[in-house]
Amino acid sequence: MKQYDIVIIGGGPAGLAAAVSAKKNGVDSILILERDKELGGILNQCIHNGFGLHTFKEELTGPEYAGRFIDQAAKLDIEYKLNTMVMDIRADKVLTAMNREDGLFEIQAKAIILAMGCRERSRGALNIPGYRPAGIFSAGTAQRLVNMEGCLPGREVVILGSGDIGLIMARRMTFEGAKVKVVAELMPYSGGLKRNIVQCLDDYGIPLKLSHTVVDIKGKERLEGITLAEVDSKGRPVPGTEEYYSCDTLLLSVGLIPENELSNGMGVEMNPVTSGPKVNESLETNIEGVFACGNVLHVHDLVDFVSEEAAAAGKNAAVYVKTGVGKRSGGHDIVLKAVDGVRYTVPVTINPEHMEDSITVRFRVGNVYRDCYVSAYFGEERVIHRKRQIVAPGEMEEIKLTKEQLMQYADLQEITVKIE
Amino acid sequence: MFDYDVMIIGGGVAGAASARELSRYKVKACVIEKEEDVCCGTSKANSAIVHAGYDAAEGSLMAKLNVRGNQMMEELSRELDFPFKKNGSLVICLHEEDMPSLQTLYDRGVVNGVKELRILNKEEVLEMEPNISDNVYAALYAPTAGIVCPFSLNIALAENANVNGVEFKFDTEVEDIKRIDGGYKLMTNRGVYQTKCIVNAAGVYADKIHNMVSEKRIHITARRGDYCLLDKSAGGHVSKTIFALPGKYGKGVLVTPTIHGNLLVGPTAIDVEDKEGTNTTREGLDLLIEKAGMNVRNLPMRQVITSFSGLRAHEDDHEFIIGEAEGAEGFIDCAGIESPGLTSCPAIGEMVADIVSKKLGLQKKEDFIATRKGVLDPSTLTKEARAVLMKEKPAYGNIICRCEMVTEGEILDAIHRPLGARSLDGVKRRTRAGMGRCQAGFCSPRTMEILARECNMSMFDITKSGGNSKIVVGTNKDTL
Amino acid sequence: MEERNLTCISCPMGCPLTVVMNGAEVVNVSGNTCRRGEVYAKKEVTNPTRIVTSTVRVEGGSADMVSVKTKEDVPKGKIFECVEALKDVIVKAPVHIGDVIISDVAGTGVAIVATKNVE
Repeated sequence: MKQYDIVIIGGGPAGLAAAVSAKKNGVDSILILERDKELGGILNQCIHNGFGLHTFKEELTGPEYAGRFIDQAAKLDIEYKLNTMVMDIRADKVLTAMNREDGLFEIQAKAIILAMGCRERSRGALNIPGYRPAGIFSAGTAQRLVNMEGCLPGREVVILGSGDIGLIMARRMTFEGAKVKVVAELMPYSGGLKRNIVQCLDDYGIPLKLSHTVVDIKGKERLEGITLAEVDSKGRPVPGTEEYYSCDTLLLSVGLIPENELSNGMGVEMNPVTSGPKVNESLETNIEGVFACGNVLHVHDLVDFVSEEAAAAGKNAAVYVKTGVGKRSGGHDIVLKAVDGVRYTVPVTINPEHMEDSITVRFRVGNVYRDCYVSAYFGEERVIHRKRQIVAPGEMEEIKLTKEQLMQYADLQEITVKIE
Repeated sequence: MFDYDVMIIGGGVAGAASARELSRYKVKACVIEKEEDVCCGTSKANSAIVHAGYDAAEGSLMAKLNVRGNQMMEELSRELDFPFKKNGSLVICLHEEDMPSLQTLYDRGVVNGVKELRILNKEEVLEMEPNISDNVYAALYAPTAGIVCPFSLNIALAENANVNGVEFKFDTEVEDIKRIDGGYKLMTNRGVYQTKCIVNAAGVYADKIHNMVSEKRIHITARRGDYCLLDKSAGGHVSKTIFALPGKYGKGVLVTPTIHGNLLVGPTAIDVEDKEGTNTTREGLDLLIEKAGMNVRNLPMRQVITSFSGLRAHEDDHEFIIGEAEGAEGFIDCAGIESPGLTSCPAIGEMVADIVSKKLGLQKKEDFIATRKGVLDPSTLTKEARAVLMKEKPAYGNIICRCEMVTEGEILDAIHRPLGARSLDGVKRRTRAGMGRCQAGFCSPRTMEILARECNMSMFDITKSGGNSKIVVGTNKDTL
Repeated sequence: MEERNLTCISCPMGCPLTVVMNGAEVVNVSGNTCRRGEVYAKKEVTNPTRIVTSTVRVEGGSADMVSVKTKEDVPKGKIFECVEALKDVIVKAPVHIGDVIISDVAGTGVAIVATKNVE
């Protein structure tokens, strides 16, 4: 059985950044396993610009951003296998994987970094009634068809869900000659970035209908049209508000789900809110030496933050490999609690002994809040109290905690993050 | 002057089973199907249950064929290599006052010849199925009930018939039938055929076909059933098929594991005018969730991966009509095949073949091939056997559908076998590629590429399920 | 004096901007949290521009399509002309990030460059 110090599952932005960082932190024996035919993951089909402002201080397209990391990985001689599917990971870090050349093979890893990314929610998960004709795509599938295959999924388009991929695809389809009639969003606010509403919808006069959903799908072979209706505060369609749109294509951008089938299989503990693993300050899961980063951990809006998070996971995995098993002793875990509008935090525990000088705690809110404060309580004491004009579920938030700060609270058990 | 001895109208389970049983004889037979593949109507969207046989009225043809079909299924699944499992079923009785109805079912089952039936008390039920509602009073347990993959069953029957010489004509719709001397003339959208015998296995259209030749009218209602399919992570919620005590509209909502480990909840029962009306409705889906929760606790409905609906071919008297139509010699009806039609299909095939062979004086052939191998699922092999397979055929090392772990090798097999797949749904029904939790989001572009390459089609000709169900409509910027 | 409200698209923060104008002249920009916001606001009310991204066909390569972009912003009104100019373009593999596909697209003086390597 082949052995590696660190095996990284997934060669997208998270896996690449984790590999580069692990290598730079002194581990040579690294293997990336990627299921697609090239490295770069979903960035390869995200041909729009807007990536890299934080990481490279310039605005890049998805493939360019991926290209920078692929170049770094090549320069560092990081080993990878393409077209390779990891079938199973055991808790003792033996992976079973498969590809055309090697068939079925096993690898023993000292540390594993989970970087499998996420998938799109499908129509079925929404229980949209109606027929089941051709012409209904998740936005990402349509994105792949257009950007990678050069095939146009349809000519008259309705988009359900205002997640970023949906917004981006509204513009893409418009550029390729399709007519995007409307974007409907179930919630009273958009799930995407504000800039994408401006530059993908407003620029092209595409209406965004908030608090609307698809209530019927017409067409037996190919889609012929859909019916939109307004929804009440509980998300139920309001009778009498139905409006029919003829269209041959319905794109769904209704949420992303971390792909944790492998993590579940090996016994990694999950956070039901994020559908990703519960991790500590080192981005390590409940299984020692198994780390997670990127969209498999929690769905991000910005790849720059994925890279930053993944670099931390890569570094921590390298430290783990070099200091050896069982190094986690001393200090105690402070539990992070998400309450009052904060849905979750990543990480869920921090051990001040093991953290770097500072740590970024990322979280999402459950609703739109205006003129509010993001607060963190150390026990009963409010330590962070930051004014925000607006926070929204579509945009990830963060607070920074320093080691120095935490060390001042010797017996601190709990930090509460909330919106006030 | 006759093109065929017998033409079978419809490639669903009833037509395919009839074709397979007829292919034991020296006969020139042909199945004509209006869709692009077999298993496109009622057979593809149902509960996938092999019923024990206590539902149908004592002495009815339905009861007889149900019990016989149930007994034949296991052997058939071995012969034709399709997945089948006897998981047993429970009919849940929630109230003491309904016990007479449960007892009636038991008694009827005994008369119908169902073996091993037992009535369980509350404790026994909850021990067997911990997720049954606490309100359960008793249940009828039928160990002989099972679950089957309806696609595999239908496709296996058709493939085996085809290998034994039965022709299949797809995208062929019967427009009219005329009586001629010694047989019939079938007018279709793809030409005219003359045949000595006709088997009418046209599902929800069986009345339309029947009424083309017989003065004694029959009437089939399309009775829609909505279903929700849940992720495999919910598949263990119950291990047996859980029925409600039957009401006016059939057997009510059931909750069952599927043969592939998902959880299936359904169906509703709504009579519809449109014989193609397979659209789900919000009311239907809401009702389903409400009803299913009555018998089974904590159903994880958040894990629904898809919902769909199927149409039962409900005949007014709720009975199978199998036999020569009145005043139409050589026209054999196989109509009103609704639940337990899937269960009964092996017995239906037997009965139809018996009638036709006697009618035409057919002789059995010596070289009938009784067995067939299904699409090889490499995950069923030992590690060593799988390694050998991958060495010989590297396509088995290439995963295309990552949710169901379907390899390129399986998709190639599905395309190149007899009556092979020509559409995304065709591939899906043969391999399960695209049937998983992402619902083909990732694999459909890749499956399209494989289909295009293997069938010498362009990406623009690939359909979801034949006809006008094209996946992509053009190339980038082609209208600019 | 006229006031216009914009959402900054310079970065994902999406700051709400208020631009005060006197005719065609920008008098004041507020709401921005960085210098880029001011630059964007001034441009957006006088000569709005965008980066255009799309794809063109590749022959003989490891992929059928290569992604491209305008090397710099182009005037908003020129976006569709830029896209149309790419309609019949076919490039031969290999193509590398930064390779010029069209040197001056739609008379904007801006080049179309590849954003992906196709070997």
